[in-house]
Amino acid sequence: MKKVLAIVMAMAMIFGLAACGSAEAGKDGDTVYVGIYEPQTGDNGAGGKQEILGIQYANSICPTVELGGKTYKVELVIADNESSNDKAVSAATKLISAGCSIALGSYGSGVSMAAADTFEEAGVPAMGISCTNALVTADNDIYFRICFIDPDQGTIDANLINSMGIKNVYVLSMLGEDYGSGLASYFQKEAERLGMTVTADSFPEGNSDFTSYLTNAKNAGAEAIFAPCSTGYAQQIIAQSAAMDFIVPLVAGDTWDSGVISDACAATGKDVQVYCSTFYAEGKDVEFEKALKDWINGDQDNLKNNAGSDELSAVTLLGYDAYMVAIEALKAADSADPKAVKEALPGVNYTGITGEIKFKEGGDADRHDAFIKTYSSETQTLVYYDLFSF
Amino acid sequence: MVEFLHNNLAYLINGISVGGQYALIAIGYTMVYGILRLINFAHGDVFMIAGLMVVYMSTVLPMWLTIVLTLIMTAVLGFFIERIAYRPLRSAPRMSVMISAIGVSYLLQNCALYFTGGLAQSFPSISFLTKPVNIWGTSVIMAKVITPFLTLILIFLLLFLIKKTKIGMAMRAVSKDFETSQLMGIRINLVISVTFIIGCLLAAIGSILYFTCYPSVQPTSGGMPGLKAFVAAVFGGIGSIPGAVIGAFIIGICENIIKGGASIFGIQTNGWTTFSDAFSFALLIVILMIKPTGLFGEKSTDKV
Repeated sequence: MKKVLAIVMAMAMIFGLAACGSAEAGKDGDTVYVGIYEPQTGDNGAGGKQEILGIQYANSICPTVELGGKTYKVELVIADNESSNDKAVSAATKLISAGCSIALGSYGSGVSMAAADTFEEAGVPAMGISCTNALVTADNDIYFRICFIDPDQGTIDANLINSMGIKNVYVLSMLGEDYGSGLASYFQKEAERLGMTVTADSFPEGNSDFTSYLTNAKNAGAEAIFAPCSTGYAQQIIAQSAAMDFIVPLVAGDTWDSGVISDACAATGKDVQVYCSTFYAEGKDVEFEKALKDWINGDQDNLKNNAGSDELSAVTLLGYDAYMVAIEALKAADSADPKAVKEALPGVNYTGITGEIKFKEGGDADRHDAFIKTYSSETQTLVYYDLFSF
Repeated sequence: MVEFLHNNLAYLINGISVGGQYALIAIGYTMVYGILRLINFAHGDVFMIAGLMVVYMSTVLPMWLTIVLTLIMTAVLGFFIERIAYRPLRSAPRMSVMISAIGVSYLLQNCALYFTGGLAQSFPSISFLTKPVNIWGTSVIMAKVITPFLTLILIFLLLFLIKKTKIGMAMRAVSKDFETSQLMGIRINLVISVTFIIGCLLAAIGSILYFTCYPSVQPTSGGMPGLKAFVAAVFGGIGSIPGAVIGAFIIGICENIIKGGASIFGIQTNGWTTFSDAFSFALLIVILMIKPTGLFGEKSTDKV
C-alpha cells in the first residue's frame, strides 16, 4: 500500500511540474517570435539580465511589425543558458522549437559559440549583442553581431595602459572561459608589442580568494592589472585589492561596465582606479536614457534585474539596438521565415543609440569606436568617458 | 630565511585564515559523520544561506543584531533540516539518507537562486572585521587575523563540551555505538539535534568570516568551500575533530602556496596557478593511498 502511495505521489508531482512547463505559447497566426538567448543565472547572470532589459524596453516601444501588409505582434521568448556551455544547446533548441525567427544574444562569448552549430542546423539566424570573442562569427554563417570584437578591444586596453606610462602589467583571467582568455591573449600580444612586461595567471571557476593572485601581481612589480572576467569575480578583485592596500589601475573589458562595479568601488571606501572599455558613453542621448531609466524605475522587477539601481550599462543599450536591428531585418525580409531573415540581415543598415550598425563580410559589425569608462570612488562614484577610435 | 618569510607572509596569512574558515565548516561534516555515519552534503549550502541571511538582514537591522540572528537562525535551519529530511529516514538504508542530503543541498541552492535571482549579492562590510591591519609590512583585514585564533578558541570550547559535559559524553557514546547507547537510555534524537545545531553554528561563524574576506555571495558560493572542507575532513580522518582542523589548515596553506608558487620560488612560468584546486584533490588522493583512514582516522571497526 505504502509503495503504491509513494508512486502515486511521485507521479502527481511530476505531472504537476510538467503542467507548469507546457503552458508555452503555440504557434499563432499573427505573432512573430524573437528569441532571447541569454544567461539569467550563473557567473554572467547579472549582465545577461541587463541585456534582456534593453530588449524588453525596445519591445515595449516597438511591439509590432508589419510584414506583407499585415501587422504582427512581436513576442519575446526567453531561454536561460545559465552561463554554461553545456546548457547552451538545450536553451538554443528551446528557442528554435518555439518557432523564433531570429535569436538575440548571448552575453558571454563561450555560450554563443557553443550554440552556433545548433542555430546553424536549424537555419535560425543568431545575432550576438555583446559577445566580443572573434570566434563567435567565425566558421559559421549564421552568427552575426553588433558590437566590436576582442582583437580590437585587447589592443585598446593595452594602449590605454601604455598611455598611463605603465610598463609592467599583470593579466588575470578565468581558466577555460572563452571570453576572458581570448581577450587576455589579444591584450598580451599588443602589450608585449608595446614593450611591456606581462605576467599572466588564471584562476579556476568558482574561485573567490584572489589575495594570492594579487600578491603575485605585487611581487611581480605590476603597476596595473588587466582582469577580463565576469562581474562576480570583479567584485572580489576590487574589494580584495583595496583590502590589501594594493591600489593600482584595474583595467578590464566590456563586462565591467555595470552598476555592480560602481557599487563594488564605492564599497571599498578607497580611491580605487577602475577602467573598462565599453560600447556606449552615458550622456550621449540624454532623452533616450531618461526614458529608459523611467521605464526601469517604473517596475520593481526591472529594477531588481538591473542590480537594484537605474545606472545604465552599455549592454542594455546594445540590447535595445539589437532588437531594433532584428525588426529591421524582419521588415527587409518581409517574412517571419528564419531563412528569409538570415538572407536579409547582412543588408540591414540601422543607426541606433550606440551608433551606426552595418555588417561586414563574415557577420561582424563595422565598428570603429570604443569608450573607456572610468570609475572613481572617493565619496561617491564618478564616471568619466574617453573615446578611442580604431 | 627571514627575508623569504617576510616576502611571502601574505600567502601564509591568507592560507592560515582560509584554513581556519575551512576548519569551521569541516567540523560540521566530521561531527555529523562521527555520529550518524552520514555525509551531510547540504552543509556547504547551509554555509551559503548564512551568508545570504547577513546580506538581507543587514539592510534593515543593525549589524550586531544581524550577526546574532544569523547565528540563531542558521542553527535553527540545521535543526529543521535534520528533523525534516534525515530523522524520518533514521531506520532507512544509509544511502537513502545520503540522497536526501543531496536533495536538501539542491533545495537550498534553488531557494537561494529564487531569492537572489541568480545574481551575486554584495556582502556588507562589518566595520570591526574589515579594519585594515599591518603585520610586518603586509596589509590585511582584521577578519583574516582573528580567524585562526577564533577557530582555535571555538575548537577548544567544543572539545571541552565533548570531553567534559554530559551531552558530550552522550555524543561520544553515540558515535561509538549507535544502538547500544540507545539501549542505555541516551536520548538519541536530542544528541543528533545538538550535533546539527553545533555544526551549523560553526558554519555560520565561518560564513561571516569567509564572506567578510571574499564579499560576494552567490547560490553556488557554498560549493567550493564546502567541498574543500569535506576534503579537509576526510584528509584528517573523518569523524575526528582535531583531524578536520589540522586537515583544513594544511589544505588552506597548500592551496595558497600553489597559487603563489611561481612568485614564491621564483619560477618563471605562466599558468602555474591553474593547478591550485587540482593540487588539493591530488593531495587527498595521495594521503588516502598511504593512510586510507586519513591522518587521525580510527581504524574501521565494522563487525562482519
